[in-house]
Amino acid sequence: MSLWEYANPKKFLSTSEQVMPWVWGLALVFLVTGLVWGFFFTPDDYRQGSTVKIIYLHVPAALMAINAWLMMLVASLIWLVRRHHVSALAAKAAAPVGVVMTLIALVTGAIWGQPMWGTWWAWDPRLTSFLILFLFYLGYIALWEAIDNPDTAADLTSVLCLVGSVFAILSRYAVNFWNQGLHQGASLSLDKEENVADIFYQPLLVCIAGFVLLFVALVLYRTGTEIRARRIRALVTRERVGA
Amino acid sequence: MMPDLGKYADTVLSAYAASIFLLVVLVTVTLWRGRKVRAEMEQVEVRLRRNG
Repeated sequence: MSLWEYANPKKFLSTSEQVMPWVWGLALVFLVTGLVWGFFFTPDDYRQGSTVKIIYLHVPAALMAINAWLMMLVASLIWLVRRHHVSALAAKAAAPVGVVMTLIALVTGAIWGQPMWGTWWAWDPRLTSFLILFLFYLGYIALWEAIDNPDTAADLTSVLCLVGSVFAILSRYAVNFWNQGLHQGASLSLDKEENVADIFYQPLLVCIAGFVLLFVALVLYRTGTEIRARRIRALVTRERVGA
Repeated sequence: MMPDLGKYADTVLSAYAASIFLLVVLVTVTLWRGRKVRAEMEQVEVRLRRNG
C-alpha cells in the first residue's frame, strides 16, 4: 500500500469516513480532559497567579498555528510537484483552521499580556511574526476565493504558502534569533530547567494532543467537503456542456 | 468546584470564553458547510442520473 493511493479522491473519502469518528471522539476526550485538568486541578503559579491557566489554550493554539502552515507547505509542495488535487484541497481546507488557531494564540496572548506585561500588545519579534503569519493566512484564503480556475488558484496559493513559511518558521524561532522583546522563551523544552514544571506540563501535553486531534479531524472533514464541492463544479460543467 | 482565580478571574475567564467561542464557531461552520455541500452533491447526482 502506498501513501499516494490517498491522492485518489474516492479512496481519500472512504478512508477518512472510517477514521473520522475516532479522531473526533479522541479530540473531544483529550480536549475536555486537558482543559478540565488544567483549569480545575492545577495550582496557581507563584509569579503569574491564576493566569498560568491560559497556557492550556495559548501554547497548543500557537503550536497548531505554526504547524498548520507547515502542513499546508507540505501539501502545496506535493501539489506543485505531483499535481495531486487532494493535496491542494487539503491545504485549502487547513487554512481556516490555521487562522482560528493563530487568532486564539493572539487573543489569549493579549489577554494574558495585559496584567503580566502591562500591555495588550508590543512590537516584539514573536508577536509581530505571529501577526504577519495571521495576515498571510487571510491573504491565502482571499487568494483561493479570488481566482475562479481551481488549478491556477492552487498554483498561486502554493507559491504564497512557500513565501509565508518564512514567517511560520520565524514565529517559532523568533525568540531564539533576537534576544529582545517581551515574549519569554519557549514553554516546552527538552531542557528540564527551561521546561514548564511537571504539574503544568502534563495537562498541557493532553491539551496539545487534543488540539492536534481536533486539527486532524477538521482538516479531514473540510478536505472531504472541498472534494465534494469540486465534484459538484465538474458535474454542473458536464451537465451544461451536454445540454 | 470553581477554582479561586483571585484578582485575575476576569483575565482567565475571558481567555477561555474567547477561545472556546472561536473553536465552537469553527467546528459549527465546518459541519454546516460540509452537510450543505454533501446534500447539494447528492441533488446534482440524482438530477444527472434522471436526465441520463
